[in-house]
Amino acid sequence: MAYVAIADRDHEQELHDPTTFITKYIWSQDHKVIAIQYSITAMFVGLVALGLSAMMRLQLGFPDSFSFITPTDYYQFITMHGMIMVIFLLTALFLGGFGNYLIPLMIGSRDMVFPYMNMMSYWVYLVSVIVLLASFFVPGGATGAGWTLYPPQAILPGTPGSELGILLMLVALALFIVAFTMGGLNYVTTILQARTRGMTLMRMPLSLWGIFMATILGLLAFPALFVSAVMMTLDKVAGTSFFMPAILSMGETMDHEGGSPILFQHLFWFFGHPEVYIVALPAFGLVSDLLSTHARKAIFGYRMMVWAILAIGGLSFIVWAHHMYVSGMNPYFGFFFATTTLIIAVPTAIKVYNWVLTLWQGNIRMTVPMLFAIGFIFTFTHGGLTGIFLGNVVVDLPLSDTYFVVAHFHMVMGVSPILVVFGSIYHWYPKITGKMFNQTLGKLHFWITFLGTYAIYLPMHYLGFLGVPRRYYAMGDTEFMPESAFTLNQGITISALIVGAAQFIFLYNIIVSLKKGKDAGSNPWEATTLEWQTPDTPPKHGNWGPELPVVHRWAYDYSVPGCRDDFIPQNMAPDDVPMAADSVSQSPDVGTHGSEGETDGPDGEPVA
Amino acid sequence: MPLAIALIVLVVGSLLFHFLSPWTFTPIASNWGMIDATINITFWVTGVVFVAVNIFMAYAIIRFRHRDGARAKYEPENKKLELWLTVITTIGVAAMLAPGLFVWAKFVNVPEGATEIEAVGQQWQWSYRLPGEDGTFGTIDAKLYSVENPFGIVPDDPNGQDDVLIDDAVVHIPLGEPVLFWLRSKDVLHNFTVAQFRVKMDLVPGLVTYMWLEPTKVGEYEVLCEELCGVAHHAMRGRVVVDEPEDYQAWVNSQPTFAEIQARPAGDPVLGAASYAVCAACHGAQGEGIQALNAPKLSGQDPRYLKKQLRKYQTGLRGAHEDDTYGRQMAPMASTLPTEAMIDNVIAYIGTLSDTDAPATVTGDAEHGAELYTVCSNCHGKDGQGIKMNAPRQAGMSDWYLLRQLENFKAGIRGGHPADLRGKQMGLMSQTLHDEQAMKDVVAYINTL
Repeated sequence: MAYVAIADRDHEQELHDPTTFITKYIWSQDHKVIAIQYSITAMFVGLVALGLSAMMRLQLGFPDSFSFITPTDYYQFITMHGMIMVIFLLTALFLGGFGNYLIPLMIGSRDMVFPYMNMMSYWVYLVSVIVLLASFFVPGGATGAGWTLYPPQAILPGTPGSELGILLMLVALALFIVAFTMGGLNYVTTILQARTRGMTLMRMPLSLWGIFMATILGLLAFPALFVSAVMMTLDKVAGTSFFMPAILSMGETMDHEGGSPILFQHLFWFFGHPEVYIVALPAFGLVSDLLSTHARKAIFGYRMMVWAILAIGGLSFIVWAHHMYVSGMNPYFGFFFATTTLIIAVPTAIKVYNWVLTLWQGNIRMTVPMLFAIGFIFTFTHGGLTGIFLGNVVVDLPLSDTYFVVAHFHMVMGVSPILVVFGSIYHWYPKITGKMFNQTLGKLHFWITFLGTYAIYLPMHYLGFLGVPRRYYAMGDTEFMPESAFTLNQGITISALIVGAAQFIFLYNIIVSLKKGKDAGSNPWEATTLEWQTPDTPPKHGNWGPELPVVHRWAYDYSVPGCRDDFIPQNMAPDDVPMAADSVSQSPDVGTHGSEGETDGPDGEPVA
Repeated sequence: MPLAIALIVLVVGSLLFHFLSPWTFTPIASNWGMIDATINITFWVTGVVFVAVNIFMAYAIIRFRHRDGARAKYEPENKKLELWLTVITTIGVAAMLAPGLFVWAKFVNVPEGATEIEAVGQQWQWSYRLPGEDGTFGTIDAKLYSVENPFGIVPDDPNGQDDVLIDDAVVHIPLGEPVLFWLRSKDVLHNFTVAQFRVKMDLVPGLVTYMWLEPTKVGEYEVLCEELCGVAHHAMRGRVVVDEPEDYQAWVNSQPTFAEIQARPAGDPVLGAASYAVCAACHGAQGEGIQALNAPKLSGQDPRYLKKQLRKYQTGLRGAHEDDTYGRQMAPMASTLPTEAMIDNVIAYIGTLSDTDAPATVTGDAEHGAELYTVCSNCHGKDGQGIKMNAPRQAGMSDWYLLRQLENFKAGIRGGHPADLRGKQMGLMSQTLHDEQAMKDVVAYINTL
């Protein structure tokens, strides 16, 4: 029997609605519940990592003041902060959280195609988080090898947590990758197979393009991290020498011989650079939808935006060694990787232009999600441009391993994605909960976070120009560092503590609004995409009631000339579009953009 | 509207910060001004984009803010505009990349005839090797690293015999000549960085990496490790002294070669016994230490450490600080051993003395001290026994002396001399102990080992 796309099957499979509390909210196979489980867990570990960063900043701003922060603690804090934020918060939240929630709703399906596997993905993720956090409590504590876990140092005495801490870290990563793979296969398959009638790929909202491409990157990149975790574990416990040359440790020569520490770095960054885009691409996608919706204007250059996502995704696999310009790898690699790295700036810049051009001639509603979206354009532009410094191999020489790097990556993959996370949570909160959050608190949260983070990271770049090295427990008395650099560090610490505290405004807002928020209605932002057109808010199990929606147009029919409203939902048939009173005779040119030359569905079948 | 104003303020503020703040490049002292020039080009190109994008955005936010009855324009695409933006961006990127690659090619290709120096990293210290008169480095075998042969030179390699070995964190290089640094690590990854030279490179165990530069200013520059290498990463400091070429040559000539070091006779305890008579007056006949005279226990201490301390007293790296009352007493005593052979003999004699643990005199909370000591144990060993090639023994030595030295390190009385980088390292590590009580606790714990 020929394959029939899910949306085209005559008889829908019977839905087994969960009946008990446990199947509804704990062992749930509903993508929306799993998304919320993922998000809450991710935000919880994010809070732990935020706490760690506060401790680091206290030590850096006021060295010699806090007797409970020893060098051992400090290196454990930076390591766990980095790993949690990059993997266990951002990756999990964007893909496990937003991916899970939005994919089925935005493509008009009832759930993921493999709901059971989706559930398993979350529970394995939870176990990985527990293993990771457990490493704080084992003898020797968590690993302090830096989030990059470079061997030989990571598994040798002299580094905190070089016994159990590092092993638990490697196990936690391996578990996370298992969880991610189960989720990721699901996201990709669902997007390819479960789109409803009329939802061609080129009609999908950019959020989905970003999540889709990021998931593919993850599926291709995480195996490199997985094998390096396995190899390092073997080096540690079985005496192999994948990454271990003949060396000295604690005054004694070791038995290892012949391994290559740089091999680990290649594997790590083969994962690590795409990882940047695993976090960035969903942010790119989500922010595009936020901007378009709240500017009441079609995203500018949709096709170019899609191609840019694909180009960035592809290029992200051939730029990894720009993290290794001073690693001691063959220096001739520098020419290749600097060139590819700067090429990637072109599609990235196009995305920034198109976001800004989406605002141009818009009708900008300065809502809370919009504040965060525009804040993102600013911080991402800043972080992207400083990336050009570090990507240009020779400029990286003085700046590598200084605070410039710390400032750069926090701007580009810390602050920027987090602004999108906040903007997106505020944006979809009414759909997820049915309630509206408190606008005043949302704005307060934005202003403190946006201005505060810039006060942290702008000056930090200049510490880098001075040459202040990163990953230093204390600068001590270093001749080229002026006294004023220490004052600057204190200022940065104070900003960081304020920004950290401000995040409790956010938590308070989203928790209290669950009870006290006003009813939001089904489509408070007047958005076009399918998730806003569900029969129930919050959407019920199965999402759509008896009939799946049918898509007639792309995701960005905002302010179409001649129409009464400034948005046309994707599932509104051309004949149903209400016309403006003075242009009844004019046949609206709607529902065609994005579908020219795209009359075929993903399986080559005609779209209804 | 407030957001548009905020964006404009941030853009203007960033520019002002850039041009007016005191934090900028550390003044350059090498030939790599071209790197600074590339950075300046990058600054201009990226700065223009930063200002243009954000000011345009702020303008759009003001001009197209929501008004009742207003409607956005429906313009999904503008191929011509998108093409133009792509072309201009590509040109801007090329303008930054081209000079970058040009300068990188210069960095990758080392000029002929550069002075060669090998910098050796080890947790958490620097040492250096020069190829000697034959201009060729001897072969290194990582299995040979030991106290007697810290560089691991293969003993029968003829190329290694004249290698000049600098078992110290200070190295000299000649002004105005290209200097090629070979970089070698004995244990984990490190990184050799001098901020004023602009260039840096990792040290990778199992490989030899390189970088080169031409120093352009006479002076002394601090070497930092900039690749996380463990718990004392921030304390791994070195020093490069840029000399006039003739001063440099004189310095090289004063350093021992591998062959010379290997040929040195072992210290003779019998000869050392006579010299030790002077020491015994304060340190006791068995080197047991006499607290009343402020002289610590010597017997059982690491010979390499004792020798380094005697040399430091002799050269003013230790015992010269005006607040170092007892160090200043020791300094003239050290000069009673003017030759290297005499030092070796005395230390050999100390090695024959009976080693009984010094009595405990310091009390504190040993349990708290045990927590603090986890940091110390990385260099001094889990049992305070010391780690050869790294840090001295503490367990069983005079505890009152340990306490005083911790205080001195923390106050910069010891380890404050710019050339005493091992001392500086301990100074940085002593910052972990926040007060007198913490020091007493650690010493109390060491007494239990």
